[in-house]
This record gives sequence, structure tokens and C-alpha cells, in this order.
Amino acid sequence: MRQRSLIAITAALSAGALTLTACGSRDSGDNGSDAKGGTTVTIGIDAPLTGDLSALGLGIKNSVDLAVKTANKKEYVKGVTFKIDAKDDQAQPSSGQQNSTAFVTDKSVLGVVGPLNSSVAESMQKVLDDAKLAQVSPANTNPALTQGVNWQKTKTRTYKSYFRTATTDAIQGPFAAQYVYNKAKKTKVFVIDDKKTYGAGLAATFSAEFKKLGGKVVGTEHINPDTKDFSAVATKVKNSGAQVVYYGGEYPQAGPLSKQIKAAGAKVPLVGGDGIYADDFIKLGGASATGDLATSVGAPVETLPSAKQFVADYKAEGYKEAYAAYGGYSYDSAWSIIEAVKKVVDDNDGKLPSDARAKVTAALQNVSFDGVTGKVSFDEYGDATNKQLTVYSVKDGAWKAVESGTYNGS
Amino acid sequence: MNELPQQLVNGLLLGSMYGLVAIGYTMVYGIVQLINFAHGEIFMTGAFGALTVYVYILPDGTSMWIALPLMLVGAIVVAVTVAVGAERFAYRPLRSAPRLAPLITAIGLSLALQQAVWAWYPEAKSARTFPSIPGGPFEIGNVTIQTGDVFLVAAAPLSMAVLAYFVMRTRTGRGMQATAQDPDTAKLMGVNTDRIIVIAFALGAAFAAVGSVAYGFKYGQIDFRMGFILGLKAFTAAVLGGIGNIYGAMLGGLVLGVAEALSTAYIADIPGMDKFGSQSWADVWAFVLLILVLLLRPQGLLGERVADRA
Repeated sequence: MRQRSLIAITAALSAGALTLTACGSRDSGDNGSDAKGGTTVTIGIDAPLTGDLSALGLGIKNSVDLAVKTANKKEYVKGVTFKIDAKDDQAQPSSGQQNSTAFVTDKSVLGVVGPLNSSVAESMQKVLDDAKLAQVSPANTNPALTQGVNWQKTKTRTYKSYFRTATTDAIQGPFAAQYVYNKAKKTKVFVIDDKKTYGAGLAATFSAEFKKLGGKVVGTEHINPDTKDFSAVATKVKNSGAQVVYYGGEYPQAGPLSKQIKAAGAKVPLVGGDGIYADDFIKLGGASATGDLATSVGAPVETLPSAKQFVADYKAEGYKEAYAAYGGYSYDSAWSIIEAVKKVVDDNDGKLPSDARAKVTAALQNVSFDGVTGKVSFDEYGDATNKQLTVYSVKDGAWKAVESGTYNGS
Repeated sequence: MNELPQQLVNGLLLGSMYGLVAIGYTMVYGIVQLINFAHGEIFMTGAFGALTVYVYILPDGTSMWIALPLMLVGAIVVAVTVAVGAERFAYRPLRSAPRLAPLITAIGLSLALQQAVWAWYPEAKSARTFPSIPGGPFEIGNVTIQTGDVFLVAAAPLSMAVLAYFVMRTRTGRGMQATAQDPDTAKLMGVNTDRIIVIAFALGAAFAAVGSVAYGFKYGQIDFRMGFILGLKAFTAAVLGGIGNIYGAMLGGLVLGVAEALSTAYIADIPGMDKFGSQSWADVWAFVLLILVLLLRPQGLLGERVADRA
């Protein structure tokens, strides 16, 4: 009896091991040139596909998938078939880094779209840059990623392979401050952040501009993104006499935070950045989220003529999840890589050169095309040249655009 | 200092929830000396049980007066089933194994339960909204109590009273005390220790289920990871109160909750401490408190029994 169960376990284990090996070999078999005589180029995707931020992450993945399908359908780059390789970072820097290593190892990957979180980007940049592998983020807004940690004094670009289509918090925070102070006429603000790269950076740029305009920061708090209980913070907000709360962080915390602040009796709007501009914010914030504000990069995709085709194609593909806040930017990020690949292939008589990665990265610097979100090109730091932002407000259970514009003055 | 009463209430409410979950840790530890690290996930499955009753079983628009008791039943049925199943299939086979083996099983089980809900519960990949109790908040003086918290205010002391009665006054309860003191002698005296252990698991799960419904009402949302941090806090509360002691679990929970609320509210006002006062430091202060208590009173606040055994 004992022996028989031992045999059963061994059999099960070896079957499992075989399955695993099979998976591995299939993966590597897919890479490189395929039987059709053409070349397969993989565009990597790194985004949170599960967990709290998956609503945004899946929108990124689907939009890149759409770009790749469009390029293949049009045979946009002769002799090259694109495919995607989407990896889940669960919004964790450590997972992002592992994914980067995997992308570097896979020789067919010539560009990576993502990640969503600035903190994840920090952990990926060096790995990808060492391999000269281009990375285009549709969503990172922390200025330090492109302009170095001392960006307020001296801007220096640390990683030549990192680009982004979203504008930065150096613009987003002050843009929100100007709206809140000049247009909404609020002078007392309570600033809360989640201490992460994105949230803390955004809160800092907002506070600086708000104070410069003449407003007063009546209180600051840092919350722990792992908890759901913000009652102690909400009580502090209520007793501070603030007219508005600015939150630097993302919607999984912002929704409950907004709800608990209002429940505590502080009837003040919560304002945040693109990290809270998601339908789930309204779902989590409940009815009391009405009147809350968010700034987000670019103009609303639905209103742009350049985006009509994207919105229609996205619908036609029948993706289960919405393209969410970064859909347009993700499509443009993927397309900028496709444009760069096209340039490299065209320059090399229709074939991929052996140092394709470095060439693609170099070509990215000079791409320029009309994308979903408008003109797409990158400045000397790898930042988007398109610096438009929009203020949205929660009305009747949905985000409604209030005002679009570009930040002026500094 | 006019916000002190409100902050105390915030802390007590949070603490009551820790306490409800901590009871499960303490009872199981008291009887089999096992730290059931999957208890936080049992709490989580309870919340999904309640949600299932509300969303998929009851017709739309059912009054909360009818829905609430049924949701509680749903939560308790699911949590108890999971807990008893875990005891039967994950812990009982390892009862005579070294202490470390069931501990590792517990951690594995915790991950497995999280992933199971993540994979199979509809739309559980991100947070799901939980129904709310209608009505506005109550104001008592300058203290506001949310409608969602009213359930917690009523449920926590009531649960404690029921538990105290059960353990002190019933035959099974006395059997539990006997098993906790000395399982071998209890067995010789005719106590069915296997049954007592199952009851300890089931009872702990039932209290966690009540806590999970309170969590849903309080925050308006539940997700597959909600049990992890809360379970860790509840475990801390159980140790703080003296693991093995059911009153200690509740007291530990309350102390922990109040410590978190007050540290968020006031530490920053102490000169030179403004960097360490925000809510993101609340957990740190909670653990500082735990360490202090354990240094001065290694058995925890009310934990005499553990000291007796040692």
C-alpha cells in the first residue's frame, strides 16, 4: 500500500514536471523567425493584470493588442509580424523587475509598453536600459523617471531607452492646483498621499504650486495603502477646516478615503490625479463621490477626432474590459514602437539588423506621428511633447470632463 | 483635543473588528497550540458568503431587516464549512506531526483560499461592492457613528456575551476548557477531544464571519485579499491580549484599534515626532506597543493560562 502510493506520487510529480518542460519549450519555440519567411517581433507589455489596479492594466494590455493587430492587418511593416507578450506585475516593483529580465532574455522582444506605476518603472528602467531595450510607458507620471531625481534643479536623463506618452506630475500637480485655487476658489487644502513614488511626487508638486498661488495647506497625512480604515485620517480632515482634500495616490485607496471623509462629516471634494481617474473610483467612493475631481493626462479620448477610429476598433474587437484611462496612450505607445521598428527595417533593406534593439531605441527618439491622443513625439528626456491635461468631475455616477488645457507658467 | 472622543470611537470600532477575528486565533491556539494563519482567509470567505446571499440568492431590493440575518447566516455557513474542512483535511492529518508542519500548511491554505476566490468568484479580481445599511449617520454629542458601524457596535459585545456563556456554562464549553488545560487527561475523563477541536474551529470561524459582515458594512467593499492584513492584525491582537484567552483577544483587539487611531491623530503633535505620526506609521506604533507589552508581560495582557502551561 505504502509503496503503491509512493509510485502514484512519483508518477504525478514526473507528469507535472513534463508538463512544465513542455510549456517552457513551447515558449522558446515561438520566438525568432517563423516558418512564413517573415520575422516575428514581440512587443512586451508590463502592467497590473490582476489585483486592485487591474482595471487600468487590462485596458493597457487590450489597447496594445489592438495596435499590434492593426499593424499586422495593414502589414504596416513589410515582412514583420508583431505579437504581444503580456506580463503581470501586480503593481509590485519586484514583479516588474522580474518581467523586465524575462523580456531581455527573449530576443524577439524589441520594445516594452508599460508599466502603469511609476514605482514599478523605477525597478525596470536599469534592466531594460542595460539591454538597450526600449520601454514606452503610457501612464508613468513621476518626473524623476525621465529627468533624474534632481529634476527640480538640474534635469538629466538617466536612461536613454525609457520613453513615455503621458505627461508628468511636474505639470499635472500644478495644473490641478491652478484649477482648485483659481477656478474652484478653494484656499484651504488638506494634502494626503500614499508615500509611493507616484502619489508622493504628485502631492508635492500640487502643494508647492498651491502655496505659491496663495493657498494654505492646513494639514498633511500619509496613508498606508494596505489598509482600508481611514477613519482616523477622516476625523483629522473634518477638524482641520479644509475646503478641499488633495490625494496623491490611486483609486483603490482614494475611493474608500473619499467615502470615509464624507461619512465623517467633512463635506469637501477630494481631488486627485490620473491615478484616481477610473470608473472603479466612483464604484468604491459610492454616492458621496459626486463632486470629486481628477486631473488626467491628455484630452478625453471620446472627444478627439483622432480617437474615433480607436474607439470604434476597440469596440469591434470585443474586448471584455474597457480601455480605461490609458487606452489611447497605450495604443500610441505601442504604435511608436511599431513606427520605430518600421524605420529600422526600412533602413536595413527590409530586414531586421542584428543590433535591432539599440536601433529601435534610437529610432524612437525621432518618431513623430498622429496618434490616438494627438501628435506623438518625444523630447530630449523621453517625455511626451504633448502636454495636455483635463479636469474631470464625478457627476451622475460617471466622470465628466470639465476643462481641458495645457499648464502654463511655473 | 475636541476630536479625542471621535478618535477613541474610531479606534474602538476598528478594534472590535480585530477582536472578533482574534477570537478564532485564540480559541484554536488555546486548544491545539496551532496558529491558524488561514483564519484571515476564513474571515474573507465569510464576507463572500454574505455577498453571495445578498446578490445571488435574495431578490433585488430586499429590505435590510430581512437581508441582514440571512447574510449573517450565509457568512457563518461558508466560514464554518471552510474552517471545519480545513481542520479535517489540512490540520487533523498533521496533528501528531512537528509543530512547524501544520503552520506551513496554514500558510499554504491561506494562499490557496485567496487564489480560489480570486479565480472562481465572479468579478472578484478587484474589489466588489458590499450592500450598505440605509440611513444617515448618528450624532452623539460631537461623535459621529456611521450606520454601517451600528451593526458592529451591536454585534461585538453580543458575540462576546454568547461566547462567554457558551464556554463557562455549557457542557461543551467546559469540555473545551478541560481540553485546553490538558488534552490527555480530558480524554481520559471522557471528553471527545476531536469533537472539541472541530467546535473550536467552527466557533472561531463563526465569529470571524460576523466580523466579515461588519467589515463589509463598514467599508462598503470586500476583496479577496481583505483577510490577509486583517488576519495579521487580529493575530497581533490575540497575542497582545494573551493568546489562548478569549477575553484577552477582545481586549487586545480594542487596545490595538485605539492605539492605531490615537497614533494617527496625535503622534505628529509631539515635538520632533511629526515625521512618524501619519497613518502610514500606525502599524509601526501598533507593533511597538505589542513589543512593549510582551517585554513587560510576556504572557500578554490577560494571558495567565499560557504561563501556567509553560
